[in-house]
Amino acid sequence: MLPDSHLKIVIVDESPIRAAILEDGLREAGHVQVIRIEDRTNLLARVYAIDPDVILIDLENPSRDVLEQMFQVSRVVKRPVAMFVDQSDTASIQAAIDAGVSAYIVDGLKKERIKHILDMSIMRFNAFSRLEGELEQTKLALEDRKVIDRAKGILMKVKNLTEEEAYALMRKTAMNEKKKIAEIAQSIITAAEMLK
Amino acid sequence: MTDGKNKLRIGFIPLADAAALIIAVDKGFTKEEGLDIELVREVSWSNMRDKLNIGLFDAAHLLAPIAIASSLGLGHVRVPIVAPFNLGLNGNAITVTNDLYKALADHAHGDLADPKVSARSLADVVAERRRKGREPLNFGMTFPFSTHNYQLRFWMASGGVDPDQDLRMVVLPPPYMVESISSGHVDAFCVGAPWNSVAVDLGIAHILHFVSEILQRATEKVLAVRASWAKENPDTLRRLIRAHGNAADFIEDVKNREETCAILSAPNRIDVAAEVIRRTLDGKLKVSPDGTYRTSERYLMVGRIGAARPDPVQAAWLYAQMVRWGHAPLSNEFLAISKAVFRTDLYDAVLGKGSPLPASEPADGVGAFVGPAFDPNDIRAHLSLWKIRRW
Repeated sequence: MLPDSHLKIVIVDESPIRAAILEDGLREAGHVQVIRIEDRTNLLARVYAIDPDVILIDLENPSRDVLEQMFQVSRVVKRPVAMFVDQSDTASIQAAIDAGVSAYIVDGLKKERIKHILDMSIMRFNAFSRLEGELEQTKLALEDRKVIDRAKGILMKVKNLTEEEAYALMRKTAMNEKKKIAEIAQSIITAAEMLK
Repeated sequence: MTDGKNKLRIGFIPLADAAALIIAVDKGFTKEEGLDIELVREVSWSNMRDKLNIGLFDAAHLLAPIAIASSLGLGHVRVPIVAPFNLGLNGNAITVTNDLYKALADHAHGDLADPKVSARSLADVVAERRRKGREPLNFGMTFPFSTHNYQLRFWMASGGVDPDQDLRMVVLPPPYMVESISSGHVDAFCVGAPWNSVAVDLGIAHILHFVSEILQRATEKVLAVRASWAKENPDTLRRLIRAHGNAADFIEDVKNREETCAILSAPNRIDVAAEVIRRTLDGKLKVSPDGTYRTSERYLMVGRIGAARPDPVQAAWLYAQMVRWGHAPLSNEFLAISKAVFRTDLYDAVLGKGSPLPASEPADGVGAFVGPAFDPNDIRAHLSLWKIRRW
């Protein structure tokens, strides 16, 4: 039996960043044979050529259906492959689906042997979506900042205020109207455009 | 009226044959039944199957063969599924590259629009490629357990082409079909609307056949729920079936065609031009880049002529194909389980039996272009007919 560190693991993910994050995790855990497939052309032929023990694929990837062909008897199948998630482990299935990852393993490979691989995938996928979420937040905050600065400029010019006074006025209005400062700022910009 | 579960999550794949489901929700037929439905667009049939199986979806727009395979536990865990409403009959087409179309035309003895002629012509093309030492042809289909897979196989094998030996059958997600044919990755595919039309419009392919020319009545997608869910939510299911019946009637009324297509074409639904969806529902398709159209009364039948009523004969035919190609073992028990997936009783209890089918409909309920009538009680006889088989 191969030591676990020698299991051949294929990652099928159209997001190169997420695939890299997952690959790093697997390598840190001691796996030496990790292969990423990003291009979807001839996917099945490439998987057969690599002949992996474990395949990890993101759930937003329509190519999952391509991999399902491995289950049907066919002359090109080298080794039958079974899906890891089954009814015996509902918590795992739920966690995997929530994270957006699915796994296939070679038939006969004990599930316990790849449990940590799936857990790692779930963790890394979740970490990736958190990163994405934070990036989105940062972008939004940056966007808000720009709008607020523009509105501040308008107030300073029209009402002859200092920068601090302009900001204080917007903040007060926002609090009175139970709105975000960025929303108030946007209204100021819109109004200024209309009054041009 | 509104006892039981009212909030449902239902998965769909952006295809024209999700019409009854999408219209049931977006036109308010489910709301009339007191149902609050969230439609979730899915990217793969594998996801759909898994999410339905583990309960993340209450119901799903599902390939009929997946409902059967899941109930039989083929390749995966066994989860009994029931189909109380048929989302439509037919609707697929076989599309080939311009090059393959020309080769088929060159080898045709007779009218290529006749599937008997085209299948024999394909056998000649395959033989010629082999003589010349060329790579086997690649045929794309949507899923291993798909109507597309079995329809392609049934057609080509009739002409002497062995789908497992003479060419390669490759699974391709529908949104990748067109790029695969344009890159030369596949030579042909069988898929539902709108993808055949998209390829023809790009000038890169011909529609060779409507599947309705191969099988007059072929169940395509079903509204699927877990058998356990159906048992636990009988009232909700009745309301869901009624909403679908109303939606199918709405779609089939030509007066509503424009509104139907506008709803279906929305970015969060099928997301293609309303005009392309219209061709599917009208059964009038551009089949050649030169602008030739072909029309059929049977292209995609959503509710007319009993199309929405689940028919166990259809389940038996699909199961027989699984056995023929070595995808399922042959047993009376499996045949019975397959037939029981299609719940005519649940449909009839809400929508009634409907009027008897006109005499023009095939007597065996399938109407295949070759072979004797299909007997759903004698799968063995059906299988013994064919030389090319894995059984």
